[in-house]
Amino acid sequence: MMLFKPVLLWTDMLLWLLLAGVAFYAWRVRRREHLLQPWRRLLRSRSGVASAVVLLAFVAVGVLDSLHFRLPLEKLGNGGAETHYSPEVLSVFDLMVGPLRKQVEKTYSAPFAAHLYTKETIELPGGKQVRDYPRLKFGGAHLREPAREQAGDVAVTALQGGVYALALCGGLAVALAVWLARRRGISPGAAWTMIRHGCDEIPWRTLLATIGLLVLFVCLATVFSAKYHIFGTDKVGQDVFYLALKSIRTGLMIGTLTTLVMLPFALLLGIMAGYFRGWVDDVIQYTYTTLSSIPGVLLIAAAVLILQVYMDSNQELFDTVAARADIRLLFLCVILGITSWTGLCRLLRGETLKVREMEFIQAATAFGIGHFRIIARHILPNVMHIVLISIVLDFSALVLAEAVLSYVGVGVDPAMQSWGNMINGARLEMAREPMVWWSLLAAFVFMFVLVLSANLFSDRVRDAFDPRVR
Amino acid sequence: MINYIIRRILYAIPILIGVNLLTFALFFVVNTPDNMARIHLGVKHVTPEAIAKWKHERGYDKPLIWNSAAQGAKQASDTIFFEKSVGMFAFDFGRSDEGRDIAHDIKTRMWPSLAIALPVFVVGLAVNIAFAMLMAFFRATYIDLSGVVLCVAMMSISGLFYIIGGQYLVSKLLHLTPISGFDAGSNALKFIILPVVIGVVGGIGSGARWYRTIFLEETSRDYVRTARAKGLSELSVLFGHVLKNAMIPILTGAVVVIPLLFMGSLISESFFGIPGLGSYTIDAINAQDFAIVRAMVFLGSVLYIVGLILTDISYTLVDPRIRLE
Repeated sequence: MMLFKPVLLWTDMLLWLLLAGVAFYAWRVRRREHLLQPWRRLLRSRSGVASAVVLLAFVAVGVLDSLHFRLPLEKLGNGGAETHYSPEVLSVFDLMVGPLRKQVEKTYSAPFAAHLYTKETIELPGGKQVRDYPRLKFGGAHLREPAREQAGDVAVTALQGGVYALALCGGLAVALAVWLARRRGISPGAAWTMIRHGCDEIPWRTLLATIGLLVLFVCLATVFSAKYHIFGTDKVGQDVFYLALKSIRTGLMIGTLTTLVMLPFALLLGIMAGYFRGWVDDVIQYTYTTLSSIPGVLLIAAAVLILQVYMDSNQELFDTVAARADIRLLFLCVILGITSWTGLCRLLRGETLKVREMEFIQAATAFGIGHFRIIARHILPNVMHIVLISIVLDFSALVLAEAVLSYVGVGVDPAMQSWGNMINGARLEMAREPMVWWSLLAAFVFMFVLVLSANLFSDRVRDAFDPRVR
Repeated sequence: MINYIIRRILYAIPILIGVNLLTFALFFVVNTPDNMARIHLGVKHVTPEAIAKWKHERGYDKPLIWNSAAQGAKQASDTIFFEKSVGMFAFDFGRSDEGRDIAHDIKTRMWPSLAIALPVFVVGLAVNIAFAMLMAFFRATYIDLSGVVLCVAMMSISGLFYIIGGQYLVSKLLHLTPISGFDAGSNALKFIILPVVIGVVGGIGSGARWYRTIFLEETSRDYVRTARAKGLSELSVLFGHVLKNAMIPILTGAVVVIPLLFMGSLISESFFGIPGLGSYTIDAINAQDFAIVRAMVFLGSVLYIVGLILTDISYTLVDPRIRLE
């Protein structure tokens, strides 16, 4: 009997493909100085380093959340040798944050609350009944009298988290200083002075500060979420912090897979239009002008509506809820890709028109090299900077678009955790008194941090890669 | 000039035909009328008779492109394609799946949309240019830097939060404006103010930053150096020379969205309960009313193409160096 049954969702598969592509690119770049140059420039800017660290943290959560599996169900009696697996699809990340997932309350509760949001009839030990806010099952359950003890408990827990973070950061700083000293052939003390005064090409101080903040956040979140619901709970009592963390994968998938899906079309058609010109160019230009003249949201809405109809009439194709939600996510990426490839295609066409007139292309043609080889060896490498810049630029817009589309009702599956769905759910409760604001806050904080770092990072990428800026 | 415009309009026709064919394929071939009927009547427990009746009431029971049962010209005209898609070129949008006249709905609902979208556009343009000028005037100082940081931060906030936050702060806490709703005539003003302010504020981030780069690009040109060399103050260089020249990319970039203002904004209209075309579209999406969505897709494309033509014309108006042949 297996301990678990691995599940490979479609989006997971594409994500691994994407990571393999990134690894291949990194391997190529490492050996070529001229390709390495822009990355070096990127690493020298402070906002570039800081945003890259934050983005990497998000990506780490997203990747861990993409290792899916199903656990076996407990055997009922000693029937057949065949094991049955739970219909619930879990990820490695779910195991890591175990208690967050399992500590489900009855309904809404505010952040750090020890009581439920709504009044209920509670039966006292004597048999009497009162209407009051009942205690939560998990949040602040260790306190005997929350009103009196909570402030002290929060302070002590924060201190505890702070001490952990400090110890970790100190260790990291020492490790960095020793490593840097080894590399540069100086004493660790001198390396530390260099880090502190920021007198090296790479802004180590910023790097260390960003990692320190992240470590502090992770430590505080860990110690607090063991005792409280940091961002409260939602309508069915799920921890909002857990939902926000799970939404990271959805956001990243939309931001990256969309580009991955559209990239082959944009590359192939854009370069073909610019390289062959003539009727090929006319046909391709006509195609993308037609597609881009349809307002994006409407085309997406139309396509998603039709997908919904298809999925509703073919429900037997999907064996788990996760598989169904996953297919919908994948199609959303495809549809977003179809509406957004036109911009990149146009840019690539323009750049190819310019590149194909260069002398080295004429030389290649004179040597009798075929069209395919010219495109692959000479044109493609010279337009790749555009591809990279537009991938990074599009990312933040796509993450924001997810929220809007979920609001319109054509976003990801309602069963899938996403920031858009969180906002959408919270919107319906805005009129309540007191207001249920914590889901909005959690979605806002997570989206803001991700999109802000993506925006900063894309600015630096453009500065480093755009030949016109240099 | 007239020749050019006529040619541009002729160019637009094949694109509109493409859009039309695409929407037809999406709505009737990929997604058959049977499926549509099933969605509306409930997926389970639906009889073939009910589906046939639903299709017949809406004219979806005809052949898709070619009616071999009919006689003469009717073979091509008595079909779904002719009745539902070809009519759109004459802005005949037919009836929605609920039986409402779409063209009439559009005519009445575009004015509230315009009442919000037009002030957002005009005020937003002015505010963004003002902010960008400020940053360009103080370029490479802390004012400029903090302005750019503020812009990037504002860009990173989802539009939904501007609306939710604005509604909460202004309407719920301060009670300055009603939370949502709309009224005819001058009473509409109090309903319009908040969506307009939020629309403008939400657009500052990306708008002001974009215009700032345009201004900075202009300030590195030779004519700016000449203007400074002849002793003009920085302010008069900025307003007299840079602004004028920067207006070319700014205006031509803005003109393309003017026709689309009629369509309104999907999100803010539905949050504020404004009976415009944006909320009309959202309602249609939620009610899965395919006829309305199809009409809006076509209308949006037409307006976008009109915007492109207007852009080309505006080039010649603001930039005398460009002549359209």
